[in-house]
Amino acid sequence: MTVSAMIPGSPERADLLKAAVRGRSLWDDARRRLFRNKAAVAGMVVLALMVALSLIGPLLVPYAYDTVTKSDVWSAPGVRGHLIGADSLGRDLLARLFAGLGVSLGIGVVATAVSLVIGVAWGATAGYLGGRVDEVMMRIVDTLYSLPFIFFVILLMVVFGKNIFLIFLAIGAVEWLTMARIVRGQTLSLKQKEFIEAARAAGLTSSAIILRHIVPNLLGPVVVYVTLTIPAIIIAESFLSFLGLGVQAPMASLGTLIAGGAQDMEMAPWLLIFPSAVMIITLMAFNFIGDGLRDAIDPKDR
Amino acid sequence: MFRFLIRRLLIAIPTMFLVVTLAFFMMRSAPGSPFVNERQMTPEVQKVVEKKYGFDRPLIEQYGRYLADVVQGDFGPSLKYRNKTVVSILAENFKVSLWLGLSAILLASVIGVSLGVLAALRQNRSIDYVTMGIAILGVCIPTFVTAPLLVLAFGSILGWLPLAGWRWETVAGIEFPAWRNMVLPVTVLALPQIAIISRLVRAGMIEVLRSNYVRTARSRGLPEWVVVRKHALRAAILPLVSYLGPACAGLLTGSLVVEKIFNLPGLGKFFVISALQRDYTVVMGMVIFYAALILVLNMIADMLYAALDPRVRLA
Repeated sequence: MTVSAMIPGSPERADLLKAAVRGRSLWDDARRRLFRNKAAVAGMVVLALMVALSLIGPLLVPYAYDTVTKSDVWSAPGVRGHLIGADSLGRDLLARLFAGLGVSLGIGVVATAVSLVIGVAWGATAGYLGGRVDEVMMRIVDTLYSLPFIFFVILLMVVFGKNIFLIFLAIGAVEWLTMARIVRGQTLSLKQKEFIEAARAAGLTSSAIILRHIVPNLLGPVVVYVTLTIPAIIIAESFLSFLGLGVQAPMASLGTLIAGGAQDMEMAPWLLIFPSAVMIITLMAFNFIGDGLRDAIDPKDR
Repeated sequence: MFRFLIRRLLIAIPTMFLVVTLAFFMMRSAPGSPFVNERQMTPEVQKVVEKKYGFDRPLIEQYGRYLADVVQGDFGPSLKYRNKTVVSILAENFKVSLWLGLSAILLASVIGVSLGVLAALRQNRSIDYVTMGIAILGVCIPTFVTAPLLVLAFGSILGWLPLAGWRWETVAGIEFPAWRNMVLPVTVLALPQIAIISRLVRAGMIEVLRSNYVRTARSRGLPEWVVVRKHALRAAILPLVSYLGPACAGLLTGSLVVEKIFNLPGLGKFFVISALQRDYTVVMGMVIFYAALILVLNMIADMLYAALDPRVRLA
């Protein structure tokens, strides 16, 4: 910047201000950084592919995920029109894999949404109100945090039956705790920032402050955490499926497919290998996107 | 330190109370009963059995009694295994889980710290990229994927290690688990922890290696390995200590799957079976035990952290 640009009224300063008005927002910057990150871009491409496959894949396969074909039992990959083989009931693995991927991704997204709503509401309330309310609310979170939750989720599944909505509820109810902590911490520190004070001094109402200044600044860490929560939930669901408590047959999820494959792996290793590969690729895609987003949105952490 | 301990214990009490309450009412609101699957019982016999365990009383009274018993350390008898108390079942099965968990955390710490230090010393060189690549894989791949894949590779195809099972061997009068049965389950449990620990240590080392006192140590002409081991590593390893609490919780969850896949007689495997069989007392005892274990481990980790790092003040 030249010295003359600092003089009010100078043409250079006018240009500079105009440039500043047309300038990039923080989000533009973040997007730019994100798209420069090769791993994150690769992750997004892979993830988009996975979502597309889970949606249109079932239409491309000539079998339904629950079509039992007695003559095709244990078909190896490529045999009898089963591109990646068939299972112990002669069901096409590719069809089941597409369906399972959709179920896993769906559970991930829905349960994350549940945890997002509860977590943000809880954390923002605690952080914004502060004082006694904050203390009580966060003490509740602390207490719940130290519970061995996986055991309660297992109990829930055992006790109330293996219902898919219960899986959403149980997993979402566990995952909101971290979200609440992150949101509360952010809100607390944001409240004391100069720009909030400036906004208040400028006469903005508190609802305007929250919407215009606090929420956009919360969005960064929340988005990052969401990309880390979805894979965590996919893992949690698969974990339950593995113990026989998740999605029930004939429906499939990545977890039930891997669990089934593990049982039959000596007979038909493809039943284990393909679902495992899809699981690993999906989780890694999420991980790269999450890391990329964190670097992009919060560059000071690099 | 003492005040911290008291404070943490005071927080632990409502937590444990919540655990006991939740476990009790969840288990009791489950349809079915521990006596359903047994030989056909006449209603009279069932009444007698229920009376024996106090199930004929109002639920709230049973809850009160259970609470009072638990406070005194009495978890009651198992409803499915005759002549066994919950405590004896816990002790017997926890032995296996403990061996698995301790071996895994030891293995993970040794390998994780070595890899982390190596990666930090060769930052942005090929060995750093390889190590961190492996770490990302380790974080991403859940135990229920690694376990069957490793069994397939080393058990079925190569035939080097047993597919599953658990054996005790007596060496010099002390019972040890047979190492061949331990290799795969411990590896599976340790892998994700290795990944997390090596990332933690790498980040810590990189930060510490830039600090002034490390530069001072180097400028005094100390050999590099002394600087690394005595000056840098001691500070860089601190985050690891506070991670050990969550790590143990992670191991407990991981061992649920590992024990099922490898058919090991540990607590985790027992938990699901008991819950399905409605063995109320065993399930509740196990939940309480695990909750207490996690609380205590976290407390120890925090205290250790404060003891090692004088800058941390416990409040």
